Amino acid sequence: MSNIKFPVEAGHIMTFARAVGDPNRIYSDADYAADTEPQAVIAPPTFVQASAQFDPNYPLRPKIGEPWFGSGGKPSGIERKKGSGGAGGGASSGMLHAEQHFEYHRHPQAGDVLTATNRPGKKWSKESRRAGTLRFSESITEYRDQKGELVVTARMVGVVTEKTIEQK
Amino acid sequence: MALKASELKTGDTCTQELVKDLKRTQLVQYAGASGDYNPIHTDEVFATQVARYPSVFAHGMLTMGMTAKMLTDYVGDGRLRKYGVRFTSQVWPGDTLTATATVEEILQEEGELLVNLSVVTVNQKDQEVLRGTATALIDD
Repeated sequence: MSNIKFPVEAGHIMTFARAVGDPNRIYSDADYAADTEPQAVIAPPTFVQASAQFDPNYPLRPKIGEPWFGSGGKPSGIERKKGSGGAGGGASSGMLHAEQHFEYHRHPQAGDVLTATNRPGKKWSKESRRAGTLRFSESITEYRDQKGELVVTARMVGVVTEKTIEQK
Repeated sequence: MALKASELKTGDTCTQELVKDLKRTQLVQYAGASGDYNPIHTDEVFATQVARYPSVFAHGMLTMGMTAKMLTDYVGDGRLRKYGVRFTSQVWPGDTLTATATVEEILQEEGELLVNLSVVTVNQKDQEVLRGTATALIDD
């Protein structure tokens, strides 16, 4: 993802709020929302993560005509690479989500058109008895509105593990 | 509905059950809404036979999103300034999750009153699945 346009749509906010189990009407009812402090349908706090929908190259979405690592006739649509880590079966990014941080300059509203700009952050590694070498990396995404003003800053920390983490 | 500094003190808590007996269908719902279709979260065949997990498991971001409901119910709509978490354990179908926010500090910054909260979400075995912090705007 380098620079993607992310239209914040009312129906998308409603389905996202349903998925996280939040019945707050500020996410689904414009008349109700008009009488709240934000005075509009706003996005739930983690909604900007759904900008993945608008990233043409997002790796965790099946694409027409391309191999997909999920099951079909066989348990996986692609051959598993050896030694590529446990997460995601070694497919796609193989990265587990370790941390997520959001800073809200304001809360996005239905009707906003955000532009997401992504840049890599810090990288570090750590030894773990359970999972071998852990390789961490940061990714920072800035969401700006149609006026160019910063709305949300997101910082993701991903980790690639050497071994599949054993289940407790 | 916003919190009031005059009625808050360090150590105050807000606890909410987020989900009871988490269903695989909710993982499918979250995949569809968020756009994260990693089959590890929705495809039992892939998750067990290829990735070798006991079953599919929840997106970390679903746990963070569910926990956000407790936070916004507590601090009010549009009041969050910061929200950050670490995913400390996986969440499985069948899990029942409970989230708690604890008031750590009430502070004034550039003329605004803010509350710093610590946030923890646990499963039915009282095992922590998420830990983080949040900052919200409060009233006098």
